[in-house]
Amino acid sequence: MAVFGLGILIFYMILAIFAPIIAPYEPFERIIADDGSWKSLHPPSMAHPLGTTESGHDVLSQLIYGTRVAMFVGLVGAFMVACIGTAVGMVAGYYGGLVDELIMRLVDILYGLPFIPFVIVLATILGGSIWNILFGVALLYWLSTARVIRSEVLSLKERPYIEAARASGASDFRIMFIHILPNVIPLSALYAAIAVGYSITAEASISFLGFGDPSLSSWGTMLQRSFVTQEFATSWWWSIPPGLSITLVVFGAYLAGRGYEEIANPQLREGR
Amino acid sequence: MVTSLFIVISVLFVLFRLVPGDPMATVQDPRMSPEVQEQVVEMYGLDEPLWQQYLLYMFNVIQLDFGVSYYYGRPVTGIVGDRLVNTLSLMLTAYVISYSIGTYLGAHMGWLRGSQLERIEMILVLFCRSMPVFWVGMVALYLFAFQLELFPLGGMRGVTATYDSQFEKFLSLDFLYHLVLPVFSLSLFYTGLPLLLMRNNVLEVLTQDYIETAEAKGLSERRIVIWHAARNAILPVVTAFAIAIGFAIGGQVLIETVFSWPGLGREMVDASLRSDYPLAQATFFILSAIVITMNFFADLAYTYLDPRVKLGGEQQ
Repeated sequence: MAVFGLGILIFYMILAIFAPIIAPYEPFERIIADDGSWKSLHPPSMAHPLGTTESGHDVLSQLIYGTRVAMFVGLVGAFMVACIGTAVGMVAGYYGGLVDELIMRLVDILYGLPFIPFVIVLATILGGSIWNILFGVALLYWLSTARVIRSEVLSLKERPYIEAARASGASDFRIMFIHILPNVIPLSALYAAIAVGYSITAEASISFLGFGDPSLSSWGTMLQRSFVTQEFATSWWWSIPPGLSITLVVFGAYLAGRGYEEIANPQLREGR
Repeated sequence: MVTSLFIVISVLFVLFRLVPGDPMATVQDPRMSPEVQEQVVEMYGLDEPLWQQYLLYMFNVIQLDFGVSYYYGRPVTGIVGDRLVNTLSLMLTAYVISYSIGTYLGAHMGWLRGSQLERIEMILVLFCRSMPVFWVGMVALYLFAFQLELFPLGGMRGVTATYDSQFEKFLSLDFLYHLVLPVFSLSLFYTGLPLLLMRNNVLEVLTQDYIETAEAKGLSERRIVIWHAARNAILPVVTAFAIAIGFAIGGQVLIETVFSWPGLGREMVDASLRSDYPLAQATFFILSAIVITMNFFADLAYTYLDPRVKLGGEQQ
């Protein structure tokens, strides 16, 4: 199953990289029929395998370009979550005491900020952009990663080899980066895989509510258009593909993450 | 809990001071004479230094006074009150359903570990969890409302329905009829977390000695799973509830928008799109307050379910 998940991710990755070559039209190119009218809401045909939207855009092309936004948000989001979560978790777990107490209080408080409403407030004030969404992800999604990394570090730092490193005069910085970090990287990677899914869903949700970047063709904005025009009631070819793509990518990231976890932690394989 | 609320309010204060443009632009009429304009500024306390504005703001929020909505021209508190009831009625229904189903199915899957059936169930659950909740709502609307015409297209009540009291409104068949699709979509989204956690916990609990003892006593499988394993496995599910609620609110906002449910989430989206700052601010505050209060109750429930927490581990 993990291979299947990885396969989905690679497939969409290729779509994202080669979008301009694969996509038959520009995402916002208006397609005009022979008689000069817009090709509005045409069902799937040979020329348009996924039909057209109400403003005469090619759904397949929009979908392919949307892959770029999703992959960008997914990867950047996951990278930020993993970096911040790991760094904060390591510092809290390693130093302990007051530092730990303060950081964990902050984590508790941030759990009180609901993500989607928070990004809506950001977008209201700063205007719709993909960076609000990434900022929200960076600010609110590292919490569980930090918690897990912290408890892992708490147990790691009691190991004899850390004591040996300290006895031989290694600095805190060196111990954290050379001796502890490599041991928590598998966990960070697992949480990064989960964060890929969260970030993509977050972007889609915010765009769906109308707070995304209107100049980008993302899966969320596609769904938003089909919802706002109420055409999803008639044109399934417009609303099903983007939603299904989100599902598949998030599903793929889950499966790949679980597979990686089983490789990194062989104990999980027992008893199955 | 109080600290968290306090911080949320402060964040709001800072954020809404960042709003581009003069906050007075909407209240002041350019035709007013300069003296009157000054009076208006004074009335809103905007000539005070920032820290005094902050104190004033805090004071108002504590009294639940969020000012007047630009769009409705009514005090925000009144608008928000109705919406809160609508939101909670949808959210709690979905929560109760999904947590009951989730914990039960999770325990069941933990018991079936390793079998082909469990594998298939697992993949189904992960797939359902990957679906964006608003898209599930859209597909549900497409299938059951537009194609099959079984359920209403949205909203909370039929056009012809009238009620004598609030109480009657929430118990009527018409209301339940409108509740089905949103609750279905939300439950599908909420169920994943308790289910997966429950499954993992049951797997862990089943390796413990007391399960073996129970088996040796010849108890039925059903009794072991429900009375011995599930009872102990349910604790982390309760803790996770606290973390899940933040995500749940997001799902709530999306589903209310899809189904035109007149709740807080939809009001927040609309207010933000209309730049109705007082209302957006109040809805955000209440949504955060729901999260923080639920967290608080989850903590309480935890101490109730696990007596060790209360007794400080003395009996162990």
